[in-house]
Amino acid sequence: MNIKRRDFLKITAFGGAVFSTGLFQRAVFAESKQDEFYFVQLSDTHWGFNNKKFNADPQGTLPKAIESINALDPQPDFVVFTGDLTHTTDDDEVRRKRLAEFQEISKQLKAKTIHYMPGEHDASIDGGKAYKEFFGDLHYTFDHKGIHFIALDNVSDPRARIGEEQLKWLEEDLKQHDKNAPIVVLTHRPLFDLAKEWGWATTDGDKAMELLMPYKNVTVFYGHIHQEHHHTTAHIQHHSAKSLIFPLPAPKSVPKKHKIAWDTDHPYRGLGVRNIEVGMPSAKFDIYNIDVLKSANTKV
Amino acid sequence: MKLLKFLLVLVFAILIFSGALMIPSQYNNGDDRKAGSAMGAEVVNDENMVKITASMWKYDPPHIEIKKGKLVILELTSLDRLHGFYIPEFDIRADVMPNKTIRVELMPEKIGNYPFLCDIFCGDGHGEMNGVIHVVD
Repeated sequence: MNIKRRDFLKITAFGGAVFSTGLFQRAVFAESKQDEFYFVQLSDTHWGFNNKKFNADPQGTLPKAIESINALDPQPDFVVFTGDLTHTTDDDEVRRKRLAEFQEISKQLKAKTIHYMPGEHDASIDGGKAYKEFFGDLHYTFDHKGIHFIALDNVSDPRARIGEEQLKWLEEDLKQHDKNAPIVVLTHRPLFDLAKEWGWATTDGDKAMELLMPYKNVTVFYGHIHQEHHHTTAHIQHHSAKSLIFPLPAPKSVPKKHKIAWDTDHPYRGLGVRNIEVGMPSAKFDIYNIDVLKSANTKV
Repeated sequence: MKLLKFLLVLVFAILIFSGALMIPSQYNNGDDRKAGSAMGAEVVNDENMVKITASMWKYDPPHIEIKKGKLVILELTSLDRLHGFYIPEFDIRADVMPNKTIRVELMPEKIGNYPFLCDIFCGDGHGEMNGVIHVVD
């Protein structure tokens, strides 16, 4: 059974859908034809995590999410996983096994293009060595229908640094674009200091923000914090996605960060979907939270 | 002209006696530095030393109570792998390694609770490897 895009927003319990329309391109880009499109963002799947206190369906959540995405009509132009594809392990063999299993499962997606990114659980212990064997570069760019996407790696360094080399690479990449170019930055950790005492920050994120700041049309999508969160740094918006394994408390809302236990009365609670529509002509994002059980859209 | 010279000397004398010209203030700074050095050389004993061990994935003890305005030395070591000790509020951090002891000096001036955490990814429970320094009167 196919599901229309709007219907998906009402019924699916997993992942995140990001809608974009070429109309939000600034005037300088208006001459080229921009097709409306959307993509789906999934994050923090933690394949290999197996503690049923926090997720009673650890091996079924991701496949169910993929099933929901495959039912979309039309299919998203692409799917992006913003890190923590797998749950960490000290055993190199187990890490590769989890990465391989995750890769096989993600191949079940009908979407023709899938972009992967590492999280600290995938890449911090071995500097991304195993991850690269399966998914390639830790940071990269791609362009889609007039939008420049930059995938930044702020996880393969165990201290959550982007690092001077990658920052230089970012600077050189940005130089090739007009200050009004629409740019989407994909990261795992937030680039701003959301909650340093919880590790919800990038050690040198301020340097990346400094490079991005002259660009007028930048939006950041990230994961890591296992919940929906929205923040603005000057004109740059940051939007986090929910996890597909367990939710975490709101930033600094409790004295000690902890995983939120599985709610048997409300399965998959906290693992819902968010929808972001990009409006025109102001390039404004309309953000919707989807209540999983009530199947209702709530505009933020 | 004589009157002008007299007035200049008078004004200068007034400034000197009123303390408005703090020429010796550099020496005061010198005294402050000396005081700082003396403080740094304070004898380390059980009273102002807190021993902390880091291991996967906890700090022991996770709660540390210290007094406001009193110098405390945190002595850290790791029981297994490399960890990072980080107190964001004080912008203090250090690598904590196995078989090595490192010391961190701390003299908080404000009462409050100050979280610390491991800032080097160290595995499964890394995200919950943290603690709190309670600064009391």
